[in-house]
Amino acid sequence: MFGKLTMSAMPMNQPIVMGAVLFMAIGVVVVLGTITYFRFWRQLWSDWLTSVDHKRIGVMYIILAVVMLLRGFSDAIMMRSQQALASDGGAGYLPPEHFDQVFTAHGVIMIFFMAMPFIVGLMNIVVPLQIGARDVAFPYLNSFSLWMTISGAILVNLSLAVGNFARTGWLAYPPLSELHFSPDVGVDYYIWSLQVAGIGTLLGGVNMITTILKMRAPGMTMMRMPVFTWTALCTNMLIVAAFPVLTVTLGLLALDRYLGMHFFTNAAGGNPMMYVNLIWIWGHPEVYILVLPCFGVFSEVIATFSGKPLFGYTSMVYATICITVLSFTVWLHHFFTMGSGADVNAFFGITTMVIAIPTGVKIFNWLFTMYHGRVRFDTPVLWTIGFMVTFTIGGMSGVLMAVPPADFVLHNSVFLIAHFHNVIIGGVVFGCMAGYNYWFPKALGFKLDERWGKISFWCWLVGFYVAFMPLYALGLMGMTRRLDHMDNPVWHIYLMVAAAGAVVILCGILAQLVQLYVSIVNHAALKDVTGDPWNGRTLEWATASPPSFYNFAETPVVLSRDSFWDMKRRGVAFHPPVHYHRIHMPRNTGTGFILGVLGGVIGFGMIWHIWWLVLFCLLAGLAVVVAHSFDEDRAYYVPSGEVAEIEGRHFQQLMPQAGD
Amino acid sequence: MASADVMHGNAPHGVPHGDGEAHASVRGYVTGFVLSVLLTAVPFALVMSGTVPAATAVAVAIGLAVVQMVVHLVYFLHMNRASSQSWNMAALVFTVIIVAILVIGSLWIMYNMNVNMMPGMMPVDAT
Repeated sequence: MFGKLTMSAMPMNQPIVMGAVLFMAIGVVVVLGTITYFRFWRQLWSDWLTSVDHKRIGVMYIILAVVMLLRGFSDAIMMRSQQALASDGGAGYLPPEHFDQVFTAHGVIMIFFMAMPFIVGLMNIVVPLQIGARDVAFPYLNSFSLWMTISGAILVNLSLAVGNFARTGWLAYPPLSELHFSPDVGVDYYIWSLQVAGIGTLLGGVNMITTILKMRAPGMTMMRMPVFTWTALCTNMLIVAAFPVLTVTLGLLALDRYLGMHFFTNAAGGNPMMYVNLIWIWGHPEVYILVLPCFGVFSEVIATFSGKPLFGYTSMVYATICITVLSFTVWLHHFFTMGSGADVNAFFGITTMVIAIPTGVKIFNWLFTMYHGRVRFDTPVLWTIGFMVTFTIGGMSGVLMAVPPADFVLHNSVFLIAHFHNVIIGGVVFGCMAGYNYWFPKALGFKLDERWGKISFWCWLVGFYVAFMPLYALGLMGMTRRLDHMDNPVWHIYLMVAAAGAVVILCGILAQLVQLYVSIVNHAALKDVTGDPWNGRTLEWATASPPSFYNFAETPVVLSRDSFWDMKRRGVAFHPPVHYHRIHMPRNTGTGFILGVLGGVIGFGMIWHIWWLVLFCLLAGLAVVVAHSFDEDRAYYVPSGEVAEIEGRHFQQLMPQAGD
Repeated sequence: MASADVMHGNAPHGVPHGDGEAHASVRGYVTGFVLSVLLTAVPFALVMSGTVPAATAVAVAIGLAVVQMVVHLVYFLHMNRASSQSWNMAALVFTVIIVAILVIGSLWIMYNMNVNMMPGMMPVDAT
């Protein structure tokens, strides 16, 4: 009846796991209780869970990312403390079988359920506003994508309480991930959570590409698009090209595990190395999927706060396109040591060094944008400058490892760990934080507290260096990654320092939570009445903060790059239009939410071999999709009177400012 | 996804399809479906029946897989050479480049790995 699922799947005998489960359960109960206490259920359903508004969907993506950041970071601090305690002959507190799950979950959660939702959330909120559109091309598909992603995240976290997670590392290399060596449900949780979330990511990519290509405001040619929109376009092209490879690779692994096939097994003609090849064909573009939109954020931030147009817009666009194509030509540098020989290694070593060039172009463009600008050092700018320094160091350690002989020494050492945290924290996390501080007033209508924002930045920056510089040294000393315990007194002090760095980063995260709390409490004082709190340059700042659900009462006409700046210069910004028209908008629908829930349950059924449940949910999902396709009443008109009323309120708020 | 067209900022309201997209027809879908089934069934039957040598079966399967992709593009994704489809064509070119890099690259990598790491061994009878 319940497949492999029995009561013994609950890890009752492991106090640390049960503690975490209890903590999670208390969190869920508190959230549900709060919703019930404030009688928020109806509003939650009608305004959020069923919403097809790109801004609300974006906000929900970022909430998911922040929650998953907390989960992934608690894994990180467990690893750092375990290695600090267990490097001088001590046993630490995490047995190997638990430690292996912790480092696997850390990687999976941070990449798939922290970084990806954060990026997708920012793109969702900002891109339609930047191109002057009312919503994304397919609003209902957008809601479906969100709920599939959330279902995947819930599956990963469920593995803590029911069963266990993979012990294979974040890419689940076979033969270890094959049934013979990982017979329990850990790898199945890995496969199905990523497959469910992957569908959401792929469809989100299709949606965003269509939006950018088809729904730009009149006059916005490709070379007038804001750089963030350009990077979003390239990132989504990478998503659409790369994620099917991940889906197929994990699908083949699933066939091995479920139907006894031999794609990647040791025996019967399987080839585990093919898995490594395929997973990195997805994996390398994935890091550019994460970092390209962050480059876009930095471009917007640095131009806005320097009060200058971005230096070298054209070179920035072409650098982005170069990276998009080149990112598909470097994947072998993740497995130089596999033994493809000098020719192959030399080719991929050189392509890896070549891809650093367009990235270098970008760094110089940002520097020259600041040069002779009147730079305001608000929180987003601090993150940007922190990024430029940190990412350059991380990039250089990457180019160092692109030399195959050097890689043979450093492969799988903690030097590599230091390198990719250097670029992912320095690039992606800093980029997300810059974007979060920059667009928060646009999304929610009030600025974030500057003081706590700066405290958070400095904690993150210092904490990062303290936590990861010792790992560079340890890697050169020969320490490999994923060690549960070791007996080497020389390494002990470095690991203690690294653990201290993780604590400083913890302070940074706490400061961010305090920043959010303080800002909500003081939201009246921090309110953004103009819709343009930073003296911005691009169209998103032409709307009210938060924008009304239809974004623009009148579709803006674009005459140049930095079109809002241009409007302000011509004196046509902040003026109400002469006439208001009725606006055609999509209706909210619960279909995406329902399908997301069904998707998650299908994943759960696959993991535990509960076949009737899988079949039932598949049929139910099909029925829901068919029923929804017969629903002709999916959109409605907002009457011009209502538009005039909403806009009137915004312009009334603006009046005192306009009179200054 | 009817809302895509109507929310197009500058499109006139009530025009269901702009931009010259190719129109789907039942006939096209049925043709595509029948072709796809045939192109899947034939290689499957060849492999299961074992009437032809393995090398021939692999070659035929790969060939029909390529034809299958073209069938999907033409009948399901409505690709044609109309000039209004410049973005579709750009997407196709991008896809072909990426797929070529991945397939040729993978073959090159795996071939070199077999030569270097398994000298004198046939890859299949490693067990």
